[in-house]
Amino acid sequence: MALVLATGVLVFLAIRQAIIPADFGKYGHYRAGAMKDVRARPISYAGKDLCEACHTDVATLKNAGVHKGVACESCHGPSAAHTEDPSGTKAIKPEIATLCVRCHEAEPARPKNFPQVVSKEHAGDVSCAECHKPHSPKI
Amino acid sequence: MDMNRREVLKQGSKFIILSGAARVALDAMNGETAPATDKYNTAEHWWAMTIDVDKCIGSGNCVKACALENGVPDGFFRTWVERYYVSDATPDRPEVDSPNGGMNGYPKIDRPAGKTFFVPKLCNHCADSPCVQACPVGATFETPDGVVLVDQKYCIGCRYCIQACPYGCRYLDPIKKVVDKCTLCYHRITKGLTTACSEVCPTGARKLADLKDPKDPVHEFLRNNHVEVLKPHLATGAKAYYKGLDGAVR
Repeated sequence: MALVLATGVLVFLAIRQAIIPADFGKYGHYRAGAMKDVRARPISYAGKDLCEACHTDVATLKNAGVHKGVACESCHGPSAAHTEDPSGTKAIKPEIATLCVRCHEAEPARPKNFPQVVSKEHAGDVSCAECHKPHSPKI
Repeated sequence: MDMNRREVLKQGSKFIILSGAARVALDAMNGETAPATDKYNTAEHWWAMTIDVDKCIGSGNCVKACALENGVPDGFFRTWVERYYVSDATPDRPEVDSPNGGMNGYPKIDRPAGKTFFVPKLCNHCADSPCVQACPVGATFETPDGVVLVDQKYCIGCRYCIQACPYGCRYLDPIKKVVDKCTLCYHRITKGLTTACSEVCPTGARKLADLKDPKDPVHEFLRNNHVEVLKPHLATGAKAYYKGLDGAVR
């Protein structure tokens, strides 16, 4: 009887040992390797430092104007693939018709001190870029 | 009898030791040994997020960037931006909308006089998180550097954590059938980058913060402003710090 019980306990311990990952409980009640799994996710947004390392002319122009705080990928989209293969993949060239109004169309919920216009009244059908260059919008 | 018991324990302990050794050997064969040296040290960081409500213009850039960076399925959000409208007549009944998370802007609504503003929302990466406590299998956890993550290999999709989160920050992935949520771009911040949402925020309304870094501007932000967390009465230890948060915000 004792032998059966002992064998049962041993089998239980062996199965438990085999199915619980070695790193479970390393930091807490979870599998430490899960952090590694999340970290392994690919990066899509390269970050403006990497953009500015090559596009120094645009960076100088932009950083001297009111859009200095706006990161390149805010308008040009995720560009990590472009930084890895500059000639093979290109960053997005945004549509002016939808780009500027995204932030600057008048909206009561926007902070009062933020520059905003009713685009139809402000420019009619004229494209924003006719007067304002996105990298340095001040006329 | 004594001999028998001793023998059983002796053999048993040998078996346990050997099975452990065999597993270590097996892990080594499968390439599951400790990773190569990594400069990132979890003990040196304590991540948080600061949000300046007065700077949010509701561009929806953060929502879009989050979806693209993390492959968030359509109709689900790890971050979203709510538009609040608090009428003068019924200040205790705010109206909130966030169509498609605010990714594509907000419809124009003619409303009587009132207060209106945007509030970005995301996982608060609570230090005493109810979601972590609710998980029955140890799949939701807080990392030593203060980020609440989901172990997708362990998650059984029971949805307890979705119900437990008081901020509505979790969803069940419709394809993988496991819970997913904001990771505070853990794959980015552990490599020296900021989160995708902070990267593309045009006004700097939301910023990643490291509370263990004495040079991080977060300390000045917390010191010099009236800062609040969402639902402080729940004592979740929320680490999304809002400046300029209106009392109407839920």
